[in-house]
Amino acid sequence: MSLRIPVDTIRLAVPVLALSALLIAVFWLQPRAMSYLGLNLLFNLAVPIALATVAQMFILAVNDLDLSMGAFVSFAACVTATFLHSSPLLGALILAAAVAVYAAMGAIIHLRNLPSIVVTLGMSFVWTGIAVLLLPAPGGAAPAWVRSLMTAKPPLVPMAIVASVVIALVTHLILMRTSLGVLIRAVGGNQQSVARAGWSPLLAKAAAYALAGTFAVLAGIALVGLTTSADANIALRYTLLSIAGVILGGGEFVGGRVSPVGAVIGALTLALAGSFLSFLRISPDWQIGAQGAILVIVLALRLFLNKLERQERGG
Amino acid sequence: MPDSPSPSPLVELEDARLRFGVVKALDGATLHVRPGECLGLVGHNGAGKSTVVNILNGALTPDEGVLRRDGQTVHRNDINDARAHGTRCVFQELSLCPNLTVIENTRIVHRDLGGFGWRKRARQIIEDSLNRIFPGHHIDSQATVGSLSIAQRQMVEIAMAFSESSTRPRLVILDEPTSSLDATLAGQMLAQVRRFVQAGGSVILISHILHEILSTADRIIVMKDGRVSVERPAGDFTTQSLFEAMGSVAPEEGVTQQARNLSQAPVVLKVPHPTVPFTARRGELVGLTGLSGHGQSEMLIDLFRQHSGNWLPHRNPTVAFVAGDRRLNGIFHLWSILENFAIAALGDLTRRGFVDDAAVRERGAAWQRRIEIRTQDMNQPILSLSGGNQQKVLFARALGTRAPVVLMDDPMRGVDVGTKQEVYRIIREEAAAGRTFIWYSTEMEEVCLCDRVYVFREGAIVAELAGSEVNENNILAASFEGEAA
Repeated sequence: MSLRIPVDTIRLAVPVLALSALLIAVFWLQPRAMSYLGLNLLFNLAVPIALATVAQMFILAVNDLDLSMGAFVSFAACVTATFLHSSPLLGALILAAAVAVYAAMGAIIHLRNLPSIVVTLGMSFVWTGIAVLLLPAPGGAAPAWVRSLMTAKPPLVPMAIVASVVIALVTHLILMRTSLGVLIRAVGGNQQSVARAGWSPLLAKAAAYALAGTFAVLAGIALVGLTTSADANIALRYTLLSIAGVILGGGEFVGGRVSPVGAVIGALTLALAGSFLSFLRISPDWQIGAQGAILVIVLALRLFLNKLERQERGG
Repeated sequence: MPDSPSPSPLVELEDARLRFGVVKALDGATLHVRPGECLGLVGHNGAGKSTVVNILNGALTPDEGVLRRDGQTVHRNDINDARAHGTRCVFQELSLCPNLTVIENTRIVHRDLGGFGWRKRARQIIEDSLNRIFPGHHIDSQATVGSLSIAQRQMVEIAMAFSESSTRPRLVILDEPTSSLDATLAGQMLAQVRRFVQAGGSVILISHILHEILSTADRIIVMKDGRVSVERPAGDFTTQSLFEAMGSVAPEEGVTQQARNLSQAPVVLKVPHPTVPFTARRGELVGLTGLSGHGQSEMLIDLFRQHSGNWLPHRNPTVAFVAGDRRLNGIFHLWSILENFAIAALGDLTRRGFVDDAAVRERGAAWQRRIEIRTQDMNQPILSLSGGNQQKVLFARALGTRAPVVLMDDPMRGVDVGTKQEVYRIIREEAAAGRTFIWYSTEMEEVCLCDRVYVFREGAIVAELAGSEVNENNILAASFEGEAA
């Protein structure tokens, strides 16, 4: 047996490399970013994106796709800026009910064998609708504890970095180490064998959706903590960002292959790509296209590494 | 316990009937398994074997009839009850989760492993079982199942079925367990079956490799059309009489065709190599053999890549491919039988960019007759066919093209004996008409049908055998050559 690099390591290598390359480029363009304050500014907005990406990852782990992520995070942000601020108990109840709706959505998708894309696309209008009812115009206020949590200044390492590490660790524990996590990934890998072993794929799917709902709610809360107010469309772009983040981090659309650490790194990379393009003075009109180009380059790199790995195994 | 001469059955099925729509899957099947015996179950594809398996493991409930476990009538059949009773299954199509590690798959199979430190316990369980059944297996239990070869996956699955957690396995059902294993591994598995049975366990062994059944089972049941047609002690059968009981024509002795001299025929494919170059001539049956997973499939895939269009399809393709792992890279699950058949030859069946429906139907009907695809209607979904018939559709797909070379990646895996004979006949006809077949097979009988054979070891060709040199001894010798050194 020769020593070969495990597949998972290679999967993780690409997002790590991409993030490092972007970080070096940013530091080179703007050396002042290489400080406590600079890093915090660069990665601050990455925290809610990372949470939304992790939420999307739980859905992808069971071979589904959530097209309502952005709308749902916006909704959660609106609840945070209104009810959670004015009557915390009611706010918490609303958010808990929303998580329950997510779990029910997972159960219905499994029971009726519906395409998740259609169901979540439909739900996205529901969430946006409720969000508009809550906050017809941008406004609201962040609960004080959220604000202080998001603006905390831990010694040595900025909050954004600490938060990202904590998110990565917690989701890694849940999805990669616990039995529930194994079960969720098993449903993505081979649902039939899960059923044959006597488990309920229904409960596993509902659990995956409930976890996704929980992390999406956290994304909404974190976002309000940073922006101090909310609006019904505040996080619409999170839908695509979260999917891109998971894929960038080594996840795949089918087969239950996802990496929590990779997903967080993927989200950080996407957030950093925006800053990098600003430093290059690329007009915002072109930024989305340029972001797409970065995504294509990184994914091409991953395909190339996968090919290398296959050749090594074959030869 | 095995000390009484005829202990009461562990599980029995009485006059079970089950239909799926219009198809009668079981039509009054009666059978039982006693502790301490290995029951051999044979029959054509679609005879009802898989349905019996699915009833015994708790997935299906018969429409009529009685199922008893330990003499207790089961009213609501349930997978968890069956598992608690000690029923374990190895399915024909591999059923592990490819994205999980071996250890994590163990966790899924053993529901009672939970709690802190389950990884350690799962690892212990699966490694013990692997070491016991396949000593020297070289399988890393922390590896993702997707990174293992098919043979290794099958080994893991077998080891999983025999592994013990808090409930001991009492009845292990093996559905085509050796289809991807080479002779050594298959022997180790069958030895495990005997040990398990001697210790008082029960095994139901389903295999199309009849000598495995004859040598391992105590009692053999032949199923036909959803019923048990013959039931006798294994000792009362010979290969010949078992063939006859299954209702298929026994292959004549020396089914190998007389050596044809094709050395003058034009070479159609060629791979240069310093020691053993690979060539294939017009009308030749070229076999690829050796221990499973030693580079034969990779060679076929390389040949296919080199001779088919990379970006755009060739107008006149030189190669067609018959996949062995039909679920993974053979069939289009959602398509009809006809669409599955026609896809490879669509270029020929198209007029001005539109698919010529009449031509597709006509060609489909012709091949349905020729290769006897058992269906009323070619527009039925492909999954309505039994496994063997699905494989026939894949054959028809490849043979229905104009490609002069057909690459076959162990396509007879899990196909019943009757179907095999039919396909062999068609292959011989096509070869006589000038088609070249490059055929990777894990079954010796098939390899011996070939005109010339290349033996693989560790990803490379190590020997070439032709004509009368093609026999089991020579192939085994070449496969293991130098291993002792």
